[in-house]
Amino acid sequence: MTLRHFMNEAISPWMREQGPDGDIVLSSRIRLARNFADKPFPIVAELQDLEGIHQFFKKEYEHTSFKDYQDFEFISIRNLSTIEKMVLVEKHLVSPLLTKNAQTSAALISKNEQVSIMVNEEDHIRMQLYYPGFQLNNALNEALELDDWLEEKVNFAFDEKRGYLTSCPTNVGTGMRASVMMHLPALTLTKQLNRMIPAINQLGLVVRGIYGEGSESLGKVFQISNQTTLGKSEEDIIEDLQGVVQQLITHERNARKRLMEQSGVQLEDRIFRSYGILKHSRIIESKEAANRLSDVRLGIDLDLIQDESHSILNELMVVTQPGFLQHYAKKTLTANERDILRASLIRERLRIEA
Amino acid sequence: MECQECHQRPATLHYTQVSNGNKHEVHVCEVCAKEKGYILPNSEEGYSLHDLLKGLFNFENPKVNHTSKSPFQTTKEIQCPSCGMTLTQFKRISKFGCAECYHTFSDKLDPIFRRVHNGNIKHAGKIPKRRGGHLHLKKQLDTIRKSYAN
Repeated sequence: MTLRHFMNEAISPWMREQGPDGDIVLSSRIRLARNFADKPFPIVAELQDLEGIHQFFKKEYEHTSFKDYQDFEFISIRNLSTIEKMVLVEKHLVSPLLTKNAQTSAALISKNEQVSIMVNEEDHIRMQLYYPGFQLNNALNEALELDDWLEEKVNFAFDEKRGYLTSCPTNVGTGMRASVMMHLPALTLTKQLNRMIPAINQLGLVVRGIYGEGSESLGKVFQISNQTTLGKSEEDIIEDLQGVVQQLITHERNARKRLMEQSGVQLEDRIFRSYGILKHSRIIESKEAANRLSDVRLGIDLDLIQDESHSILNELMVVTQPGFLQHYAKKTLTANERDILRASLIRERLRIEA
Repeated sequence: MECQECHQRPATLHYTQVSNGNKHEVHVCEVCAKEKGYILPNSEEGYSLHDLLKGLFNFENPKVNHTSKSPFQTTKEIQCPSCGMTLTQFKRISKFGCAECYHTFSDKLDPIFRRVHNGNIKHAGKIPKRRGGHLHLKKQLDTIRKSYAN
């Protein structure tokens, strides 16, 4: 597995599988923050300390495997071009902050891209593990085992009272951020989601648009995650999150059904107009592309569009991001050039499929 | 409500800033919040921890500023012996410098954790498998005790 592979494939191998409730839940993720007990955190550490950690991970873990997560590729962020960094961020394999700490940061990414271990981000270690669809329990169990595996060689900063010690007070305790990525077009179209968000927040959970800003998310894809990391066990945090996600799934399904019953033709019209535009446009901005893709994905889920695959939203959302487009073109592009290339890639992709 | 910075997008983040006893309400959209530094661009958290901490510390000890003005007294700044982080720095960046900071600033932390973590100040989750030692036994005992109590 090479860097080239991560760059060329827009969609990670694990994403090709449609997980449980895959018509609404795109993926489940567990992220654990850990630090070395005896080393200053990255925010104050000397370069040589961080370089030591960088080298430690390269020496101990490069090309190792843990369970199904084979052949970890060790990537020094400082060796990457700007566009390569953008692509890894757009694929959610690394965080934007990791690419900013480029001098000493690194990532260990498994062959199937399900596991990524970030080194020298805000904390020394940020490991994240993805599952397709709604599978928080599986993701948690695997992440906790991955954590044990790393602990065999690393003494983690841990305190009986405060738990796992992290650089930011918002992560202390379990150091865990569990999140679920959901496609919620019907709840967004009927403006129900905005009314549900305050109640969700009160449970210590956060809803945010992942491709856009604020509650007006691009592509109607939202991330639901826990805010609280202290005072509750990992299992309890997951249970609360699962409860809310389950309810959102039910509400989204009901809203889709009602939309079909009450305004079936309008909905169909909207979906097929978007489908037509994606198939034929010559210039398309990322915002429009994201929203049209969401419509088409809804059309696929409702069986209105039959000859396209479910992963189309996941895939084209990544391919049409600025970094990926420029990687594809092998040069820096202006906004207008990107809009033209985006339209052409989408047209091509839909032609292959049909 | 529209964003008070750009007057274009709707305001999605609402803060009450308290500095030196004055309340000040802020209503901004996420884009402006990031640009104006109300929230960290990369943080997964939707609100400014920095403002939160600043408010808490000012509220907690309003008299410190007065005593430090006296020419005969020098205030002793709490400083982490391990990484050198001072309390002032911690207030400013809202990040710990190392594991030892948690002990150094321990007296100041409960109110912060309570606010950030829904009233919680004590860990209730996983214990490191290898290094947890006696804590694993302690946790098992707790579970057994609880099961008897019920």
